[in-house]
Amino acid sequence: MQTSDETLQGWGGTRAAGIEIRSDDLPSITRGAVLTRGLGRSYGDSALPPPGTHQIPGCALADRILSFDSSTGVLRAEAGLSIEEIQRVFLPRNWSFPVLPGTQFVTLGGAVGADIHGKNHHIDGTIGNHINEMLLRLADDSLIRCSRKENDDLFRATLGGMGLTGHILEVEVTLKRIPSPWIWAESERVTGIDAFIEALADAARSWPYTAGWMDALVRGDNLGRGILIRGRWAGASEAPARPPRPKRRLSVPFTFPGWVLNSLSVRAFNNFYFHKHPRRAKRGIAHPESFFHPLDVVRRWNLIYGRRGFTQHQCVLPEKERPGATKRYLEALTAGGLGSFLCVIKDCGSEGEGLLSFPRPGISIAVDLPMRARTQEIVNELNERVLEAGGRIYLAKDALSSAEHFQAMESRLEEFQAVRRRWDPEGRLRSAQSVRLLGDPA
Amino acid sequence: MRVVILGSTRGMGRALARLMAERGDRLFLLGRDSEVLAKTARDLEVRAGSGLQIGIGICDLEQPQSLGPALAEADATLGGFDCVVVTAGIFASQAELENDPEATRRILEVDFVRTIEFCEEARRRLLTGGGGTLCVFSSVAGERGRKPVILYGAAKAGLSTYLEGLDHKFRRQGLVTVCVKPGFVKTGMTAGHKPPPFAGEPNAVARRVLRAIDRGTPVVYAPGAWRWIMLVIRHLPRTVMRRIGF
Repeated sequence: MQTSDETLQGWGGTRAAGIEIRSDDLPSITRGAVLTRGLGRSYGDSALPPPGTHQIPGCALADRILSFDSSTGVLRAEAGLSIEEIQRVFLPRNWSFPVLPGTQFVTLGGAVGADIHGKNHHIDGTIGNHINEMLLRLADDSLIRCSRKENDDLFRATLGGMGLTGHILEVEVTLKRIPSPWIWAESERVTGIDAFIEALADAARSWPYTAGWMDALVRGDNLGRGILIRGRWAGASEAPARPPRPKRRLSVPFTFPGWVLNSLSVRAFNNFYFHKHPRRAKRGIAHPESFFHPLDVVRRWNLIYGRRGFTQHQCVLPEKERPGATKRYLEALTAGGLGSFLCVIKDCGSEGEGLLSFPRPGISIAVDLPMRARTQEIVNELNERVLEAGGRIYLAKDALSSAEHFQAMESRLEEFQAVRRRWDPEGRLRSAQSVRLLGDPA
Repeated sequence: MRVVILGSTRGMGRALARLMAERGDRLFLLGRDSEVLAKTARDLEVRAGSGLQIGIGICDLEQPQSLGPALAEADATLGGFDCVVVTAGIFASQAELENDPEATRRILEVDFVRTIEFCEEARRRLLTGGGGTLCVFSSVAGERGRKPVILYGAAKAGLSTYLEGLDHKFRRQGLVTVCVKPGFVKTGMTAGHKPPPFAGEPNAVARRVLRAIDRGTPVVYAPGAWRWIMLVIRHLPRTVMRRIGF
């Protein structure tokens, strides 16, 4: 096969030399490969090849639905099928993907690899809870099925295992029955971090979907002001009769110059965004795409961060054990002085089955940080706060954490590595991220 | 609409078949591998959601004796058809073919001779049924002789010319010919080849092609930008063509 020199990128702009081979015949392109790539929405280097590996398979064209049971909602499909496509096909039939992350441009394989979570984590957990079975290609090229009954150690290590246990070829997931494809949404302003945490916990008791946007630049009394969002699927009688049409998308036309985003412009934006929201709570029927994936409306929005790109730091802080951890994290962030457009806060539910699954009970915070000279320093500082609080970071977002920090946060790592060694004794399956964080050989 | 598709299992053909299934067209899929065909049909049936079964039949452009019977089977299953789509074909660059006479013969035979043999069978059946649409995927590579795709381009040039002739002769009798000229599209066929600027996605191409089929547009460039690119390319003097690597 002819190849050409190219660079692969994470969504935040982290780069590695290599090319992606996409084919609808996933079993054939994954043979002998070290990692499979999906739609490239992980921010850092989790879907980038380790140094010295030039070619990695991409699963996005392998997107056939293999079967669907319209009485139970059990869907079996090739790993490249995206959440966007699943929602497009099944929402009008009153079935939804059970866990919807911030972007719908995620393949089934990627969803399993990162064990994604969504606004309903406090009720429905991660996607792993809804996966019945997977077909994997192992490092020795053999094909194997895994589930809770069959090869369950491999199953648990693959949920959240960032593709390091095997190439995910097929996934069986149970979709969620919904009364209508529309959302009943409510949102309101919240001032102050303590109020925010309380409001999130309060909303979690009666709403299946909750999350919050926070202005990550204001300090002092206003620290942690933002907008709380909660929702549920609308009942058949309150929803519009017609299914929602896919949103028309704008696209960022080119990479913005680096100076466009600075603390002043971001401060202005955040201020505008906060004050645009009416003082009183807003409620009504919402389009599921705007509710679950507000950023997807603008294609290639990552280009606003300029050529240097950005990183996202997402962590979960077990607030119950060490109250005030979220406040200390935000203080470290605002002290860093870097602008962050986006800061999303969420009250998580219980820990998933996946050995490296990210969420655990506590407060999850995700912040976008533009890549500047100080960004590494700020990430180090934030990781110190996470360690102090006994929390952990989300690998799908990470580009800059150190191996020391990550390994100190991750008490389940030894068990994960043991499963990896059992199924891949030669350590063939690797990524740029596993080289950086897990100490895999380059 | 009752549609027969040769080459629905992958790439642009797959994307087009999905659009057709989702809007309720009745499909019969032709291809080489019955297992792959059955998987594709199953995918389309779930997406269509109408409970309608999708027929499949074996047809291989490298086995000329399979072409007639395959169309006969489609005809019998659908009870006649209104549209035949051909996206099957093979791609190889000049570099891959230059010192490989066997591969050269194969690409010329499949992309030109066999494709036209299949089209002739389809044409006769469509005309017998009172007309219909014959939509065939050619390529922008057939518009000028180009260094990177000399042989592939030559086969597609022949195919495009054949389709234009058909359109001139038979449109009055109800046979509409749609010649699709895709530029570079990111499919499994072009995997591993570096996408040039304006590279298209299969879904966008499929939407354009479906509109052309519905309207009976004789020539469609996809993605649309290629219409203007090729307008320029067609008028470039030979001396310029020779110098640029395009």
